[in-house]
Amino acid sequence: VGGTILYANWDPKFRANVEKSIPYSDQVFGLALGPAAPPPVINKPVSQITRVLEHILRNHSLSFVACVFVAMILSAEQNVLSVFCIPLAAAKCTECEHEPAVKERPEGEVAARLAEQDKAEQDLLTSLSSNLEDALGSTAKVTLQAIGAQEAALQAIAQHTRQLREAMEAEAPPDKKSTQWRVLEDALSERSRSVDEAGAAVLKAKAELDKLRGVIDGAKHLKIAAARPSILAAEENLHSMVVDLDSVVTRVQTAQSEAKIVSQYSELVNEAKAQFQKELNSITPEIQANWKGLTGKLTQDDLNSLIAHAHRRIDQMNRELAEQRVREQIHIDSALEQQKLEDKKALEVAVSTALEHNREQMRLEQEKKVEETREVMEAEMRTQLRRQAAAHTDHLRDVLKVQEQELRSEAEEILNSSLMEKETEYRRLTQDQLDSFTLDMNAAYARLKGMEEAIDSHVIAEEEARKAHQLWLSVEALNYTLKTAALNDPTEPLEGAVQAIKESCAEDEFAQALATALPSESLSRGVYSEASLRARFYAIRQLARRVALIDETRNSLYQYFLSYLQAMLLFEKAQEAPPAKLSAEDLDTFKLLSYAAYSLEHGDLELAAKLVNQLKGESRRVAQDWLKEARLTLETKQVVSLLSAYANAVGLGTTMAP
Amino acid sequence: MSEKELGKKLDRCLADSAVKLGAGLGLGIVFSVVFFKRHTWPVAFGLGMGLGMAYTNCQNDLRAPYLIQRNIKVSNATKY
Repeated sequence: VGGTILYANWDPKFRANVEKSIPYSDQVFGLALGPAAPPPVINKPVSQITRVLEHILRNHSLSFVACVFVAMILSAEQNVLSVFCIPLAAAKCTECEHEPAVKERPEGEVAARLAEQDKAEQDLLTSLSSNLEDALGSTAKVTLQAIGAQEAALQAIAQHTRQLREAMEAEAPPDKKSTQWRVLEDALSERSRSVDEAGAAVLKAKAELDKLRGVIDGAKHLKIAAARPSILAAEENLHSMVVDLDSVVTRVQTAQSEAKIVSQYSELVNEAKAQFQKELNSITPEIQANWKGLTGKLTQDDLNSLIAHAHRRIDQMNRELAEQRVREQIHIDSALEQQKLEDKKALEVAVSTALEHNREQMRLEQEKKVEETREVMEAEMRTQLRRQAAAHTDHLRDVLKVQEQELRSEAEEILNSSLMEKETEYRRLTQDQLDSFTLDMNAAYARLKGMEEAIDSHVIAEEEARKAHQLWLSVEALNYTLKTAALNDPTEPLEGAVQAIKESCAEDEFAQALATALPSESLSRGVYSEASLRARFYAIRQLARRVALIDETRNSLYQYFLSYLQAMLLFEKAQEAPPAKLSAEDLDTFKLLSYAAYSLEHGDLELAAKLVNQLKGESRRVAQDWLKEARLTLETKQVVSLLSAYANAVGLGTTMAP
Repeated sequence: MSEKELGKKLDRCLADSAVKLGAGLGLGIVFSVVFFKRHTWPVAFGLGMGLGMAYTNCQNDLRAPYLIQRNIKVSNATKY
């Protein structure tokens, strides 16, 4: 704010801008600085300060006041920059709410424009400087030429005057005089020529100077600051040139006036000489006015008359001299007055020119001083701004640091809390996961266990089934071996099959018992089939019929004969169905045999065997083997059937769940 | 084979009777020739003796299972 006020104090345009943009700032300025002075037109070119400000604006976010301050400075100098900086300030300044409605141009465009302008200015500057230099150079050249010409003219005039004087005063012999006169004429012509030249050169120089002045004015009108020193220099040069030219011109003029005096004097002298000559001629007409023939042609009379004329002339001269002396004073006075007048005029002219020059000089000096002070002020402003910028950056740094701290602590807090939350969440989730996992695991384990048990039981069951199957198979094998009985031959020995059974049911006691319960003959020798037994029975029956009468008491040969006879004569039914209960009279051999035959025919070997078991005596003895075989077969069959039933039962049993 | 026993016995009987008869005959003949001056009664006698021996043998053979032997206990005798 202090910087703003100071700068407003120095630059009224800036002050006006600030007053325009910030409300109530005019009052502040009025309080601090007093009323605003009318703004002088000082064109401030784009200086480095603006670049610094740009830099500041670009890189820092400023407070509102500084924003506007900077914007106003820049707007005071360059409208484009203000347009550029205000949107920049608006973009960067977060508090800038009261920003005037300025069209926001895009930064790039403005920067480009600025660059363009800078370039244009730069070009203009260079062209201007080049123009100035060219103009200066040409003007200097021309002026130098003019000065040289003037100097030459001066020289010529001086020489001519000198020569004239010499010619006037020196009494040289006529030929030398003529050469002198000729030389004088040459000098005169040269003088006139050089004077003309000098005049022309002066004109040219004056024209060039005017041109230069015009160029300088044009440059001044362009109002480019960087050209100012060159403009100033050009002006100085111009001024010096003008001064030199004027001095030379004055010198030439004085020389010319002197020359005029001398020429007047020479004219007078010439006139006097002519007069003298005329008088001389009037006195001595035959003497030719020829200085060359003067020395040898004059006679003594001529000489005397000449001397008398001369004396007369001298007297006349003396009289004129006295007159002149008298008039001298008056002439001198008048001349003095005239001179005074002329001097005054010249003085005035000189004074005016000197004044002009001085004024010019003063103006130049003022401008130079202004320039210097401006630069000093600028530098000071720059330093102040820099200081302010530095202070601002420090302040910003501090504020940012504090903010950073605060934000950091906040963020840390938030982070911690969220972290805690997340951690608890995570713990909870993991715990849940673990629990569920444990549950799953337990369930899976239980299921696994169940499955294992099921599998084991299945295995056991399978085992059992296998065993049962094996048992069954072996029993089937046994059965099969039972079937292998040929008609009159026993079966294969059942030993192998029984062994197989024994092996297949190694831990089954029942089966083992059954397997061991088989009669050994069946194992070793095999058993007869029912069919064979049936077939055999008929033979047995026949025999048993024949020896039906023989028993312990009756066993002689005669009885044999009698029983044979009985067998031949007795006819019983071939097959008779046995009653459910045997009575005493059923125990007759023949009846028994028919019962047995019937039961055999009907497949009931057991009953047949039972019935045959009831035989007594020799019939019994005859049927003994058959009975044994039948018993064996029955036993075996019983055991086998038991086994197969058992195997079936076991097989059935294993298919059921335990 | 118990049922073949009778047949065997009878075969033996017959064989035996034949032998006996033959032997009796032979002896009878021999005796008759030798001792009894070709009377026929030694032949008959011999034949008869032979036959009788054969008959007895046959009978004994047939009875053999029913015989109670002295050195065997009664309980074992009926073992069949």
